[in-house]
Amino acid sequence: MSELPGDLKFRKSHEWARLEEDGRVRIGISDHAQSQLGDMVYVELPEVGDQVEAGDACAVVESVKAAADVYAPISGDVAEINEELSDSPELVNESPYENGWLFVISPDNPDDLDELLDPDAYAAGLEEGDDAE
Amino acid sequence: MTNKTPLHDLHLQAGARMVDFGGWEMPIHYGSQLEEHHAVRGASGMFDVSHMTVVDLAGERSGEFLRHLLANDVAKLKVPGAALYTCMLNERGGVIDDLIVYRRAADRYRMVVNAATRAKDLAWITGQAEPFSASVAERADLAMVAVQGPQARAKFASLLDGSERERVLAVKRFAAVEAGGAFVARTGYTGEDGFEVVVPGAEVAGWWRRLAAAGVRPCGLGARDTLRLEAGMNLYGQDLDEDTTPLESGLSWTIAWDPPERDFIGRAALERERERGPARAQVGLTLEDRGVLRHGQDVYCERGQGVVTSGSFSPTLSRSIALARVPSGTAGRVEVEIRGKRLAARVVAPPWVKGGKPVEH
Repeated sequence: MSELPGDLKFRKSHEWARLEEDGRVRIGISDHAQSQLGDMVYVELPEVGDQVEAGDACAVVESVKAAADVYAPISGDVAEINEELSDSPELVNESPYENGWLFVISPDNPDDLDELLDPDAYAAGLEEGDDAE
Repeated sequence: MTNKTPLHDLHLQAGARMVDFGGWEMPIHYGSQLEEHHAVRGASGMFDVSHMTVVDLAGERSGEFLRHLLANDVAKLKVPGAALYTCMLNERGGVIDDLIVYRRAADRYRMVVNAATRAKDLAWITGQAEPFSASVAERADLAMVAVQGPQARAKFASLLDGSERERVLAVKRFAAVEAGGAFVARTGYTGEDGFEVVVPGAEVAGWWRRLAAAGVRPCGLGARDTLRLEAGMNLYGQDLDEDTTPLESGLSWTIAWDPPERDFIGRAALERERERGPARAQVGLTLEDRGVLRHGQDVYCERGQGVVTSGSFSPTLSRSIALARVPSGTAGRVEVEIRGKRLAARVVAPPWVKGGKPVEH
């Protein structure tokens, strides 16, 4: 199983969140998730300015095989979306933790990240077959 | 208990992601099904299709038997190696399976039927063969590799020498020949030219390795599905089942109505349906918006409601396409309900890709 970047927090439903220096939080889906879904063909992102609550289905990643909802890991406003994904959805497969990021949230409360799983806990969940899609 | 083909370990070594397909553990892809799809359209790719069922028939009356069993007419097969595609029907005209049958001699035929329908097909064929004293032998000792794409035939032939190489290259479309210890048929399920090669199970790994060394790319079931859909080909279990007739599935062309005296199983039911005019028809759908058409989605037409039978993303067209069963006479535009929204789709006549190129619709 591939290395999980140490600076990420995770939802059980396979989203990752990275707190950045400017206080914003970048969001994507894990390598496990992209591998389960297969080749991406469409990514539906929220609009900049949208308000999301933690646990809201706010984006969709669609592969040849299936469409999957992406759930906001924390509450806040959508500050930026990854426009590259419109022409290049395969970035989610090729670089799920870097170039395949989905959107950035300005969090209502950065401490909300503490509620999420750290990489070891997420990885342990995967081993146990804890697949909350 | 899942079955494994003789190539199972080679798939794992090549990094395949495996899935259960009809009770067989098969590769869905080896990294990227989109890349594998493009490899077949642009160059060559190979599929392990050893899960499919090879059935050999023999006996003086085996031809007569098949003329009764199958909706297409094996009397069209005049020479050894000639083949045709057909449905095998029940008395209601519903499709038990779709298959290819090869004439090997006047008293010997080979059928290749689907993996998931193996037990059902063998029971049916064996029972129906009895009055004709035709022997029915499942060839579980054989394995099969499909080599497809514009470079496929040349790459396969390069593994043979001299006269065997020539014989293989001389095979016409929808015909087969025996060469180099292999049964080589110029058939396929991708819409590209190529061969489906039947060899002893004990030898298939050698063939696979040599094909890989010749530059043929291993491709999985994911690419197989997007390729066959672009080519407008049906998948049994999705587009066809025992409750659907060939007339509602775009397969009227596979029914040999002449000679009228040939009483094949299901003929009477089909004739009644033909006379009434089939209520449903198969059409192709091309989605105009972003999204993916999928099996089971409701289709809203002027004349009523239909259903998507096979949907996916077309890598060649970069949009979603589908086969659908809709009220007869449906044309123009329809709406498909996808994840709670109704999206517009255009009704088109399959295939979407021919000779490696998109078809103008």
